[in-house]
Amino acid sequence: MSREVRVAIAGGSGYTGGELLRLLLFHPHVQVQQITSERFAGKPVTKVHPNLRKLTPLKFDKIGDLQPCDLLFLCLPHGETANRWDDFVRLAPKVIDLSADFRLNDAAAYRHAYKKHHPRPDLLQRFVYGIPELHRDEIRDADYVASAGCNATATILGLYPLYRAGVVDPERTVVEVKVGSSEAGNRANEGSHHPERSNCLRSFSPTGHRHVAEITQELSFGSKIQVHFSATAVDMVRGALATSHVFLNQGLEEKDVWKIYREHYAAEPFVRIVKERDGIYRYPEPKLLAGTNFCDVGFERDPASDRVVVISAIDNLMKGSAGQAVQALNLMCGFEERTALEFPGLHPV
Amino acid sequence: MTTAQATATTFECVVCGAPIELGDDTLQGELIDCGDCGTELEVVSTQPFLIQEAPQEAEDWGQ
Ligand SMILES: [Zn+2]
Repeated sequence: MSREVRVAIAGGSGYTGGELLRLLLFHPHVQVQQITSERFAGKPVTKVHPNLRKLTPLKFDKIGDLQPCDLLFLCLPHGETANRWDDFVRLAPKVIDLSADFRLNDAAAYRHAYKKHHPRPDLLQRFVYGIPELHRDEIRDADYVASAGCNATATILGLYPLYRAGVVDPERTVVEVKVGSSEAGNRANEGSHHPERSNCLRSFSPTGHRHVAEITQELSFGSKIQVHFSATAVDMVRGALATSHVFLNQGLEEKDVWKIYREHYAAEPFVRIVKERDGIYRYPEPKLLAGTNFCDVGFERDPASDRVVVISAIDNLMKGSAGQAVQALNLMCGFEERTALEFPGLHPV
Repeated sequence: MTTAQATATTFECVVCGAPIELGDDTLQGELIDCGDCGTELEVVSTQPFLIQEAPQEAEDWGQ
């Protein structure tokens, strides 16, 4: 039995749509039925995603021409999924939304983060937050999944074991995320012009980043938490590296921290603990993860204080978006979780 | 059972707590790399088994 699940991708000319198509073309149980772009309708998808030349005859359709399918991926600008939900829900019994529209469970939290009222608060509870390492069983049973933000994914996977174990001060976490330029999407602006962008370390969100709401939602285990978050754009195309400073609320040795991480992640197919005493790559390094669905997590306990520095890395387009969405599809459709996600990355790169 | 079976004893890595198996053919002074944290461990005695971090070579890893 092969190619039994028919999928469509709405909003397929962006980087996320291209990454999804790249993965799904090699998924043994998936048939990509349609991919849409208003701007490139009628054109071959390879015009926009040149890495797929000779691999697919697909052409872009208009979103209004979408036919019913088994699972619909939505890679539309924020707000579009919620505004057009009644059209989309008629097309497919299962939906994976890669926008921020349905990531938050709470309309008040949405309003605080996005500075507007949620257009469809009635649907918020129907979506499962799409990080399988946290919500695997719910995703398996879900019809609708809200894929997580890339910065949020890196941060949450790094901090989740410590918050879950209750061993850190929940109100005193400081996170700095360094991200590649692809996170901003494929629409050009003055700031992305090469002579302006090249060699930059651009502090684009020192405070007030929207992903903080997701991080807070997923790391709160009954107690109030406060995550102080900053983001810097660095001079790479893919990759996100979160450096998180947490403070232990009890006397733990480094070995105890190891045990907490091992307990949570030893059986996870896509999370690796990366912390070595010697060698060249001792801590997570995003460049080694380009094109892979791994999240590498490392940490170091400061011997002079109660601080633990957690370092977590992903490819923002993979584990941070399209890869994680395919992982969710695998769970929702009963396929082995690693299907189509086994690329191990390159070295050297 | 006619042949002598190798027996193994499980220890914890002194750095990360990962389980390390030592066979009864392990020699005193043997160096073992922990599979989890990469620390080089030295078997300082075999009767009884005692492991500790092996002496580190000079650091040559920069920015
Ligand atoms: Zn170890």
